[in-house]
This record gives sequence, C-alpha cells and structure tokens, in this order.
Amino acid sequence: MERKLKYTKGPWETFKTAILHLILLMGTAVMLLPFAWMIFTSFKPSEEVLSWPPKLLPIRWTFVNYIGVFQRWPFARFFLNSLGLSALSTFSILLTSSLGGYVFSKHRFRGKELLFFLLLATVMVPFEVFMVPLYLSMSQLGMVDTYPGIVLPWLIMSFGIFFMRQNIAAIPDDLIDAGRIDGCSELGLFSNVVLPLSQSAISALGIFAFMDAWDAFIWPFIITSTTEKFVLEVGLAMFQHRFFVEYGSTTAGSTVAVLPMIIVFLLFRRNIIEGVTLTGLKA
Amino acid sequence: MSKKPINRARLQQLLFCLYVLLPILALYTYLRFIPIGRTLILSFQKWNLLSVSRPFIGLVNYVKIFQSPEFATALKNTAFFAVFTVPTTIAISLALAVALNSKRVGIVPFYQTIYFIPVVTSMVPVAVVWKWIYDPTYGLLNYLVSLFGMHPKAWLIDPKTALWAISIMSIWKVIGYYMVIFLVGIKNISPTYYEAAEIDGASGWQRFARITLPLLQPITLFVLVISSIRAFQVFTQVYVMTEGAQGAPGNEVRTFVYEIYENAFRFFKMGYASAEAVMLFLIVALFTLIQFKVVRDKS
Repeated sequence: MERKLKYTKGPWETFKTAILHLILLMGTAVMLLPFAWMIFTSFKPSEEVLSWPPKLLPIRWTFVNYIGVFQRWPFARFFLNSLGLSALSTFSILLTSSLGGYVFSKHRFRGKELLFFLLLATVMVPFEVFMVPLYLSMSQLGMVDTYPGIVLPWLIMSFGIFFMRQNIAAIPDDLIDAGRIDGCSELGLFSNVVLPLSQSAISALGIFAFMDAWDAFIWPFIITSTTEKFVLEVGLAMFQHRFFVEYGSTTAGSTVAVLPMIIVFLLFRRNIIEGVTLTGLKA
Repeated sequence: MSKKPINRARLQQLLFCLYVLLPILALYTYLRFIPIGRTLILSFQKWNLLSVSRPFIGLVNYVKIFQSPEFATALKNTAFFAVFTVPTTIAISLALAVALNSKRVGIVPFYQTIYFIPVVTSMVPVAVVWKWIYDPTYGLLNYLVSLFGMHPKAWLIDPKTALWAISIMSIWKVIGYYMVIFLVGIKNISPTYYEAAEIDGASGWQRFARITLPLLQPITLFVLVISSIRAFQVFTQVYVMTEGAQGAPGNEVRTFVYEIYENAFRFFKMGYASAEAVMLFLIVALFTLIQFKVVRDKS
C-alpha cells in the first residue's frame, strides 16, 4: 500500500519533474523581468537608456535619475501623503469594522438584520458607479483638493464589517456572557475579549485595507489638483505624463514607489499572502 | 407593572450599539447611500455642472448612450478586455496552482512569493514600467521580437495591438493572486480522493479533470465573477499607458470607466455620465446575480 502511493522514480519521472520546474522558472523570469528592467533602467545615464540593442545592466551606474526625481517633483511628499492617508484609512476601517462586526454578531436589537443588509448591499456597487455624485457632495463641502476629501471615502469598508462579523461570531457566547456577568463594560469586553481573539482576522483585514487605500487611483486623481496633495500613485502618473520620454526618470520614480512595498512583502510574506487570500475568499 | 423594566445592563448594551452604529451609519449615509441614490436621480437629469437648472429629461440620457459611438467603443473595448483576460487569467493561475501543488515541486514558497510580487505592487508604477517595455522604438519587447526577425511595433499606439498589450500586462499583474486562491482551494480537497484515484490507476490528467476541476467549481465561479467585475472597472493602467502621451490615438482604447470619467470631469456632463454609471452597475449586478443563482441552485 505504502509502496504503491509513492512515485516510481524512473528517468521518465525525473524528466517530467525537470520540465515542470523549467516551466515554472520561465514563469518566474516573466514575473521578475519587468522589475529588473525597471531597476536597471533607473540606474542608467540617459544616453544608455535609449541605446540599441538594449543592455539589461547599465555600463556606467548613476544616481542621477533619482536625484532628478526628488529635485523636480516632491516625491518624498507623495510618499508621506500615501503613507499617512493609507494608515488613517486602515485605522478607521479596522475600528469601524471590528466595532460594527461585534455589534452585528453579539448584540440583539430591533432592525439589526435589515441594517446589516443595507450596509452589506453597498458591496455590490463599485466605487466608479457613485464617484460622480460623491465628488459633487465633496465639492459642496469644500473638500475638493483637501486631505479629508481624499481619505473620506476610504474610512469605511462594507466588506470589512461583514468579514469581522463572521470572525467575531466564532467567539463563544459564553466568554462574552461571563464577562458581562462580571460587570465588564461593553467597551471593556470589546477591547479585552473580542479584539485579542480576532487578531488574525484584524491583521488580514488591515493588510487588505492598507493595500486597497495605497492602490487607490481614480478618486485621488479626480479630487486633487495641487501637486503637494498628490498621493504617490497620482504623483507618479502625472510625473510620467510630463517626463514620459525620460525613461530613466520615470523608472526611478517607479522604483521609489515599488521597492518599499516589495521589501515589506518579502518581510511579511506569509502574513500578507494569508491575509489577501483570507479576505479574498470570503468576499 | 405591565411592562418588564429594561434592566441597567441591557440599557448599557443598547447604548453601546447606538454609539457604535451612529457614526458608522452617518458615514455610510454620506459616503455611500446618498451618492448611490444621486447617481440614479442624476441619470434622469440634464445637467452640465455650470447650468443652474437640472431638468428631468426621462430616459433621454440612456437613449443617447445607446446612440453614442464613443460609448459603443468603450463597451466593446471593455468587453474585449474582460473576454480575453478573464479566461486566460483563470487558465494560467489554475495551471500554476496545480503545478505548485504537485508532489514533484518541492519549493512552493519560492514560486508563490515570486508570482505574488506583481500583486502587492501598485498599478501605476507597474504600468509605467510596462509602457517602457512597450515603447515603439527602444522598448524591450521590440528588441525581443527583433530577435525573431519581426519589425518593431508601436504596441500601445497601434489600435490593433493596444488592447492586447494592456490585457497581457493586466494578466501578468493578477495571476499570482488567483493562483494563491486556487491553491487554497486545491489544498482543501481531501487527499483521500487522489489516493483512491491513484490506486485505480488514474492518470494525472484524469485526476485533474475528474477530481480537481469539479471540486474546485465554487472557487472557479468565484474567481470568474470577481475577475469579470474587476475587468469592467479597468482604468488605471489604461490611463497611464495610453493617455496624454504625445502621439496617443484619440483614445482608441477608451474603456467604460474612462467614458464615465471623461464625460463627468472633462465635459461636465454629469447627467449623462451618471446614466453610464448606472449601466456599469447593471453589468456588475448581472455578474453578481449569476453567481448567487448558481450557488443557490447548487445547495
């Protein structure tokens, strides 16, 4: 029995394994080549960028493109804008989702199901469907081209409330009832029982929310017009429109935008992949 | 006393719910409910932002949409994008997931990490890089095709190739994501099925077609619906790769969301753009309904 289930390691099997690895490695090359091309181009002096036939590696390495990017365009500012607004968005989504999820899973009141259904129903409406009236509302409040205007739509996430409700529902009622009998306040229960027990869900949702905010393009693009207010995505898009022929500069800007994300990803690889799939599969 | 007095603890709980839900509800009302409702109302109005009056004009905006060649182009392009990218993405990511799950491949985390990198990087920088790869004269792709004796092409400018070029980049960006989703699904299939199949002498292909594929059906459906919806929302990469640059075709590659954006924020046709937004919602809702229906029929 044991023997039958094992692979018979003939030369044919070894060959097939090698072919499989070969295909996967070719895929790996396809995945990585654009990034390698981006990084190496960003270190080339301009005459090397537009040379034919192209060489992957720069002959003369230079930082001139990076210096140019930061001098001509406030990339550090863009980066901080993105970081700050994404962090704020993530914090707000985590707070509203976990509190909302707690209320919707462990409390009883009239109209709860209807209310939950109303909130959840907005998941079905893509952002692009209501961005025009949202812009009009923001403009009535004078929030066009302001930080609050950029971040407001990203303060809530219907999916987040749904996701946290699912996860908090798995916490045994007995635990919460015991806390209540001991005279623990609702907020105390939330922070001492519910939050510690839903840590993995919170980190998954946090990763998802942060990436979602960081990746947002069309909204910050239409709501901002002053260069200082641009988030990284918008700043880079505008920069490459203006300097589109200078591939040394645009790839340097892209590298600045991409490298921190890749480093964070490599450091927290397991958590990030898990977080993305956990939230993805429940959507 | 006829009524049961609400005890203090219960009152506290209700107050807690109130404190939590009021701000959430306020945000939802302002950021979701009202804008969604206004999209629908605006779609029946004629309003160019500058004019004071906003007369109701019934279905005129919708009628105009169906007569507009721009909208037809946008719908055609977006549909092409969806029809090309969705099945290709599913096929590649499923194949990768199956390969990574096979006993032959030992270093799954390595491949998983590499294939996932485009997923975690944001769209604009990646689109900038691909624009450089597709450059009409010095692009890496033109160098690669020249090795096979082909002439250089203006991939993003030629209307015949622009959509293909954007689609391929978009597939590259997401296959890692769906691969991981499929991989989770495959890992959840009980190994006893495969053991039984192996004893019966089923070939690798038979195991895939008779066990993996049928048992993965809910996940495949989920991926199909999600990726179709996302395909209809495509904007960022199209904007970055084709718009604004000199020599760009009068936006040959306009997409659905680009249509909405242009009409609303360039031509200020708020009513017309809202009607287009409603159309986008109807398409997305259709995909969601299909999923609900299939899932319900199954259970």
